[in-house]
Amino acid sequence: MAWVNAIIQGLLTGGLYALFACGLSLLFGVMKVVNLAHGDLAVVAGYIGVGIIAVTHVPVLWSIPIVVVLMAVLGYVLQRSLLEAAISRGELTTLIVTFGLSIIIENGLQQFFTANSRGIGVGDSFVTASFSIGSQITIAYLPLGIFILAVIVLLGLQMFMTRSKYGRLIRAVADDREAAQMSGADYRHVFGIAAAIAFGTVAIAGIADGMTTTLSPTIGTDTILLFAFASVVIGGLGSLWGTLLGGIVLGVAQAIGGQINSNWEPLAGYAVFLLVLVVRPQGLTSRGAQS
Amino acid sequence: MSRQESGGPLLDVRDLVVHHGQLRALSGISLTVFPGEVYALIGANGAGKSTLLRTIAGLHHPTSGSISYDGKDVTGLRPEKRATAGIVMVPEGRRLFPSLTLEENLKVGGSFARKGPWTIGRVYDLFPWMKERRGQKTAQMSGGEQQSVAIGRALVANPRVLLLDELSLGLAPVIVQRIYAMLPQVLESGITVLLVEQDVSQALRVATHLQCLLEGHTTLEGTPAEVTREQVEAAYFGAGPAAQAEVSSPTPPDPDGQRSNALWPGLTPSSRAC
Repeated sequence: MAWVNAIIQGLLTGGLYALFACGLSLLFGVMKVVNLAHGDLAVVAGYIGVGIIAVTHVPVLWSIPIVVVLMAVLGYVLQRSLLEAAISRGELTTLIVTFGLSIIIENGLQQFFTANSRGIGVGDSFVTASFSIGSQITIAYLPLGIFILAVIVLLGLQMFMTRSKYGRLIRAVADDREAAQMSGADYRHVFGIAAAIAFGTVAIAGIADGMTTTLSPTIGTDTILLFAFASVVIGGLGSLWGTLLGGIVLGVAQAIGGQINSNWEPLAGYAVFLLVLVVRPQGLTSRGAQS
Repeated sequence: MSRQESGGPLLDVRDLVVHHGQLRALSGISLTVFPGEVYALIGANGAGKSTLLRTIAGLHHPTSGSISYDGKDVTGLRPEKRATAGIVMVPEGRRLFPSLTLEENLKVGGSFARKGPWTIGRVYDLFPWMKERRGQKTAQMSGGEQQSVAIGRALVANPRVLLLDELSLGLAPVIVQRIYAMLPQVLESGITVLLVEQDVSQALRVATHLQCLLEGHTTLEGTPAEVTREQVEAAYFGAGPAAQAEVSSPTPPDPDGQRSNALWPGLTPSSRAC
């Protein structure tokens, strides 16, 4: 039963990893931008959440929409300025620019918030509260809540992309920028909206991570970006639900590794990541290799 | 009736020079399109027809010269602004959105539509087969069907000038006929058409005015009634040795291998009069 419990805990952790990954996947799918500052931006969102809660004393859940809106605005502005200029200079430039952004954010956070870690308090009762199924399986409310939040975010993203005018335009621009211009769409504005949405998911990811563990300036690249990459690659690049599947596979692999030996937790995750890259490089959900 | 009697020009291109890097693609082209016309640009591969059309749509920046639309200078206007102002292009090679369904392609076309008679429903009336297959991805459709979707996508934007780039490319003659059959309804709705066509006989069938380009220069201009077959041949292939080289240079293979090589009934590049 301990194994079943480990798998269930891993599965729930997959929800958090899907939150990490979906923004990264969206930016790559639409603009072919690999955002190396993705994890650091999640940490920034987490710190903004910490700040808002400390200053205004709003409940934790209320802070989420505020941070989402702030990050979405930041996403639009960053896209229309820095990233847009980088995209027009080629794919390699976007890598260098986002890498530079990552370094600036990480060091900026250390400067202003010190290297000490902080968490987002959701109340001890909620962090520790759990319910049991049978005698061995214990499910905590917090990871379950984050898993459900991840599913809601992915469902919302899917609805937006398939049903709304701008979701359709985002897919059209991802297919053929010039043809979309011929239909009157300013692809720079459409990219800005895609970035705003991606940054909105980053905000949710940052706060969820702050609730689950603690935030510190270095976790952006050390864990969030790496787990996001692993989830995206395992699930399949550009696939929305693939990020959830990838996150779950990564989470379960880590949990099983940790069950065998606690040192093996990260190792098992990267072993599966490597295995997928070798056996099925297009990811689990993609139909075939794309050009 | 002289062309000028129908009012001011809708599109007025003056002395347009366009470079692709070092290459001079257009060397001072002028053209005037009046409302209600079907203006055809003809010429061999590499003559600059598509470059001219793409520059009018805003996808290439001219080195010099000007483009005015409805009396206003639009030379520096971004392509999407020209589209919303009423200059809409059906690009060469269809350029549909492959991950979108047929209906979604049309919806994107109508995202920033001007007010006008064309709706998705009216496009379905024009091409009745579309209604049943609106949920399908366009990648599975035939070349002729894709071309029709591309035309529909442009129409729902309610253009004033419709730019048609090589509608016949890669299509069997019978399919080309079927696609051009939509033209009367398009014109009836008040849309002016500027088209690029390699198939000269097709262009002459539909055009009210034509211009022939050769290596970035205008070699002939007039109405189909004014020009003779010999004039068109001379303008199409050129008379000088430079033009000879142009014609004998290999043309890229036709993707479907279906298109007729005949420029004009009975006339192929090898039978040209020198």
